Amino acid sequence: MSGPRTLYDKIWDSHLVEENEDGTVLLYVDCHLVLEVTSPQAFEGLRAARRKVRRPLATIAVADHNVPTTDRSAGIADPLSRHQVETLERNVREFGVPYFSMADIRQGIVHVIGPEQGYTQPGMTVVCGDSHTATHGAFGALAFGIGTSQVEHVLATQTLIARRSQNMRVTVDGALSFGVTAKDLILALIGTIGTAGGTGHVIEYAGSAIRDLSMEGRMTVSNMSIEAGARAGLIAPDDVTFDYLRGRPQAPPAEAWDQAVAGWRMLPSDPGAAFDHEVALDAAAIAPQVTWGTSPQDVVAIGATVPDPADEADDTRRAAVARSLAYMGLQPGMKTTDIRIDKAFIGSCTNSRIEDLRAAASIVRGRRKAAHVEALIVPGSGLIKRQAEQEGLDRIFRDAGFEWREAGCSMCLAMNDDRLKPGERCASTSNRNFEGRQGYGGRTHLMSPAMAAAAAVSGHLVDVRDLMR
Amino acid sequence: MEKFTRLTGVAAPLPMANVDTDMVIPKTYLKGTERTGLGKHLFAEMRFNQDGSEQPDFVLNRPAWRQAQILIAFENFGCGSSREHAPWALRDFGIRCVIAPSFADIFFNNCFKNGILPVVLPKAVCAQLIDDAQRGANATLTIDLETQELTRPDGERIAFEVEPSRRGRLLEGLDEIGATVAKADKIDSFEARLRRNQPWRATALAAPA
Ligand code: SF4
Repeated sequence: MSGPRTLYDKIWDSHLVEENEDGTVLLYVDCHLVLEVTSPQAFEGLRAARRKVRRPLATIAVADHNVPTTDRSAGIADPLSRHQVETLERNVREFGVPYFSMADIRQGIVHVIGPEQGYTQPGMTVVCGDSHTATHGAFGALAFGIGTSQVEHVLATQTLIARRSQNMRVTVDGALSFGVTAKDLILALIGTIGTAGGTGHVIEYAGSAIRDLSMEGRMTVSNMSIEAGARAGLIAPDDVTFDYLRGRPQAPPAEAWDQAVAGWRMLPSDPGAAFDHEVALDAAAIAPQVTWGTSPQDVVAIGATVPDPADEADDTRRAAVARSLAYMGLQPGMKTTDIRIDKAFIGSCTNSRIEDLRAAASIVRGRRKAAHVEALIVPGSGLIKRQAEQEGLDRIFRDAGFEWREAGCSMCLAMNDDRLKPGERCASTSNRNFEGRQGYGGRTHLMSPAMAAAAAVSGHLVDVRDLMR
Repeated sequence: MEKFTRLTGVAAPLPMANVDTDMVIPKTYLKGTERTGLGKHLFAEMRFNQDGSEQPDFVLNRPAWRQAQILIAFENFGCGSSREHAPWALRDFGIRCVIAPSFADIFFNNCFKNGILPVVLPKAVCAQLIDDAQRGANATLTIDLETQELTRPDGERIAFEVEPSRRGRLLEGLDEIGATVAKADKIDSFEARLRRNQPWRATALAAPA
C-alpha cells in the first residue's frame, strides 16, 4: 500500500496508461467536451491523417461561443460564426460524435451542460479545448483545458501526454457572511494569491465553507481556478455531489448507482496526505467583491477605493495598475460605489445556473433597472432557461426591464453580437476582465450575480447587502 | 510538428506582465477553421486602430521590429484562454521564441506543439534582454536549443533549461499523435480494465458504430 494520497493523486494514479522516464505520462481521458471554436483544426488534422475518433461516445460536442442569444429561428447571421458552427456540425456527423444543436433544449455553455447532463462524474478525467474546463473539478473530477493539438490527440487516442502538477490545498473555513457568495470567495482568493498564484498547480478547495456550498457554488469556485493560474480545481465529492448527479441522463444507471457511489466515496484526500502548498482563507472575513482593473486579481471588497499606482512599490506592478486605470477610465482613490455602469451581464459558465438566476431575481424583484442601464440575462443552458421560466424568474427580469435571452457564452467574450461598445462599462458575472474581453474598448467589473443585479437596478456599483436588508 | 534547433533574430521588447491570449489574438479572429493566416491579426487591438490603421507606437509596427522572431515580456505570459490561436498567430507572424520569467500553463504547452520555444529566465535577465531588444535590428539574439544557451548581442551567453522530453520533441519535430496511436494495445488493455472496474460506464466505452 502507498501512503496517504490526495484526491488529485488518486485520480492521476488511476488514469495512467503509461509512465515514461522523463516524467511524462499517457493519461486516459474519460470525457471529452468539444466546441466549435477550438475543434475545426483538430478534426481537419484527423481527416488529413485518416484517423477516426477513438471513443465517440465519450465525446460530446456543442456550439456555445458563437451562437446568437436572440431569436434563433433564422440561424446565425454572421457568416464566419455560421461557418464555424456548420463546420462543427459536419465534423460531428462525419466522426459520429454526439451533438446538441442550437435547436436542442439541452444546448448551452459546454461547462454548464456537461454537469447538467451527468457527463461529469467524480474521479473522472475531463478535458475540453477551453480553459474553464476547470469548472468540472467541482465534482471531484480532474478537469482541465487543452489546446487544439491536444484536442486532436484526445480525439484520436482518448489519451493525453501529461505531466503531474503540483498540488495546492486552499482551505476556507468558517461561514460566508450574509450576502456573500461563492463568487466572492473565489475572487477574494485570486486577490490574495494573484493570477499566477496557482501556476503549475492543481488546487483542491477544502474547508467547511466549501463543503457548505451547493454544486452550483462549487462550480463557480472551481471555474475560476484558471484565473488563479491553476491547471485545475478539485473539490472532494460528497452527498451534495451525489444528490446532484443522481438521475441525470448520463449518470450511472440505477442498478449500478450504489456501486458507483461506493467507488466515489474512496476519492477524497486521505487524512495526512501531503500538499506542496497550503493556503488558508477565513470565510467570515470575505465581503462582496468587485474588480476595478483588467486582471481578475485587481479586486477589492465593495466599499473600498480604487488603488493608487503611486502606492505600488514594484515597477512592473505600478505600470500595470496605471495602465489598468487608464483603460478602465477610473481615478485612483475613487470609491468603487461611485462607479457608474452602462450594462449588466448575468451569465457565463461561472454564473449562469439556476441558483445564480434565483439570486439575481431576488434582488431585482419589485425593482426596475436604472434608466440608463442595459441589462442582459443569459441562462447557461436551454434547460436552465426553461426551469427559470417555470419558476417565473423571466417575468421578474422582464418586468424590471432586463432582457431575457437564449443560452450561450454571449457577452462573456463577445464572439456573437452581444458586446460592449468602446468605453462602455459593464457589471458582469463572468470570469475575465481583460482588455477588450467583452468588446473592443469595453470595461468589465467582475462580481457575483446578486451584485450585478444590484448594480443594474442602482445604475452604479453598490453593496448588494444594502438592498437585501 | 515543426522543429526548433537554433535561431538568430531580432527580439521585440514587450515590457508587460500578464500578456493574455485575448491580447495576443482577440476573439474576433477565432472564427476561422484553419491554423494559418492569423499573423496579420497578432496583437490586433494593440497593433491597429479600430479603422484598421496601424498604431505607430506599438513595437511590432516600428521599423526595427517588424521582422521580429523573438518576443520578450514579463511574468505570466499567455494567461487566459486555452486558444491555440495564440501560438498560431505568433508563428504565422514569424515569432519562433518567447522569453519571459513565467508562462501560463496551457499557452506554454501549446507553444511546443507549434514549433515555438518558450524560454523561462529570471525577471532581472528578462529586463536586461528587454534593454538589449530596445536597440532593435542591431541587437539580435541567438537561441540554441541544442546547447540550451542564449547569446546576447555583446556575446554574453546565458544558459536556460527546457525539460528534456519537450526539448527532444522540439528538436526532432516529433509527430506525437502518430506515436500515441501506435500504442493502441496499451490503451485497449487500459480500457478493458475500466470496463471491468466501472461497469456503469459501458456506453462511453462502446466502440464506434
Ligand atoms: S462562458 Fe465565457 S468563459 Fe465560459 S466557456 Fe463561454 S466564453 Fe469561455
